[in-house]
Amino acid sequence: MSKTEFPPSITSRPVYGELEARSGSGHLMIADAEGAEAILDLAKSVDTGFWAKAHIIYIPKKTGTKFSGQLEELGASQYYAGPSYEAAQGRIRRALQDCHMGTQVYLSGTESLMGQAMAEATAAGIPHTAIQTEHRGSTARRMQCVHCKGITEDVTTDPFECSHCGLSLFVRDHYSRRLAAFQGVRVDAEDPGNIPEKVELFK
Amino acid sequence: MTIQFNDETFYGDFTFKNSDWAIKRFPFPFHEDSYMYSVNMEPHKSYRPGSVFERTFDVDEHYVSEMKDRARVLANDPLRCQSLPHMTLAGWDLVELIMEAKAAEYPDLFELHKDGNRWRWINKPLGIDDTFTFLDESTLPYGPMEYITRQTQGDFAVLDQRDDNLWMDAGMVTTQADWSLDFDIGMNFFEWHAPVPKAHEMGIFVRALKFLLNIQQGQPARRLNWTMTVNPLLDTSPENYHKWGVMKQGLAMENIGEKQHLRVELQTFFRLPRSNALVFPIRCYLISFNDLVTVPKWARRLHRVIRDLPEELATYKGFIDNRPLMVEWLSQFDDGTPTSDGIWPDDD
Repeated sequence: MSKTEFPPSITSRPVYGELEARSGSGHLMIADAEGAEAILDLAKSVDTGFWAKAHIIYIPKKTGTKFSGQLEELGASQYYAGPSYEAAQGRIRRALQDCHMGTQVYLSGTESLMGQAMAEATAAGIPHTAIQTEHRGSTARRMQCVHCKGITEDVTTDPFECSHCGLSLFVRDHYSRRLAAFQGVRVDAEDPGNIPEKVELFK
Repeated sequence: MTIQFNDETFYGDFTFKNSDWAIKRFPFPFHEDSYMYSVNMEPHKSYRPGSVFERTFDVDEHYVSEMKDRARVLANDPLRCQSLPHMTLAGWDLVELIMEAKAAEYPDLFELHKDGNRWRWINKPLGIDDTFTFLDESTLPYGPMEYITRQTQGDFAVLDQRDDNLWMDAGMVTTQADWSLDFDIGMNFFEWHAPVPKAHEMGIFVRALKFLLNIQQGQPARRLNWTMTVNPLLDTSPENYHKWGVMKQGLAMENIGEKQHLRVELQTFFRLPRSNALVFPIRCYLISFNDLVTVPKWARRLHRVIRDLPEELATYKGFIDNRPLMVEWLSQFDDGTPTSDGIWPDDD
């Protein structure tokens, strides 16, 4: 089971729900990795007409072909599987731009995927009431280094090294929806060189 | 009174210094011998001539040097000033608010001449004499918010009001107590306060938001907030924390009086007329422990407040490691005599 119960957390972190099929003029579904399972679960309760208006954008990441075949077989009018969020970004933007009034947006998978797609959807003018989210799979975090501003994906330890400037950063529990990232702050700023052992906090 | 502007720095060699005048009018934030969060709002009305509460936007001896420091910080990191596209009108509201207040309250320093929408703004301390068209961005060298806040002490958060919440959608932030505008921009009131311990559970933010949503035009409010800073560093940003954090090391009994500063924020809140945005100026005042203890009441009280502060707050405010040293040093100035109520020195 890929569902995660998050501990009570800070007020800047989004709260994720469970996807449910809603009536809409179209259905745009964006998912990564185990996020596929949320769509497959939703599929159990929809009639076949639903998929004629659906567009699935899926980034399997480490799950490879585990879910992609089942997703494709749902029969969405458009199905795309891509290697990374970055690679899919242009398509996601275009799909959002092409949405008509009443389109429902479904996001599932990692916080990174949902956060980035949510920011794109909001920027495209999709009302937040038409966007649903469901967290599945890895709890790894997308982090922004507050010093160099570089983003490090899939952070599982605290502290971790910024993939851009190399500083050791601790994970501050502060989340920006605009950046779809948590904040990373130099862990040894007050005592350079004194870097605590890494602890695996997120999987 | 004509202000003598200091030529001083807030980084590097840290030549910042408070005159006796600045010490006397320092906004000491503790009205009693202990501290806990509260929604300590009061109307921002002119109060106590000579104090920092007298004028709408206080101008003091640090004005010119603070504006140079702001320009330096912005040159290094232009993202300290940001305004989302829908906030331009609020920026103009702010131009009007500040120019009118300063010209009326400091006529020897600032002048505003209006001919319809054609405005001439003279800022004598900074040597500025600009004529522009109000509400026409192309007639100013920067966006309106950036233009006026490069000429006004204190950080500025400009908050859009919608959905019964306040949204940090624009700001000029170069003298902050360790928060990042670039990270927080676009957040609502609860989101940007997320890292503050305890206060959420105490219901502080719910009450504060309720108060702020109801602020009316012409009825600004204010409160004081505080923290601690080693060296008179205005730019204690998270962006540069990897450079200034290390300054917290190396404090000792011999140098703490000179290096440790109490950092007080005079926060004010104004409703803006055209945009219905709320502007939230956060003005930072610094005072060294050496200067602070020249006021005996403040010395005794600060000792007691710091000694008894809950650990979470000392951690959040970033001085938990240096607290024992602060308390030891301050205890020299506390003979146990009771202190009078209120924030003002006893000698008046």
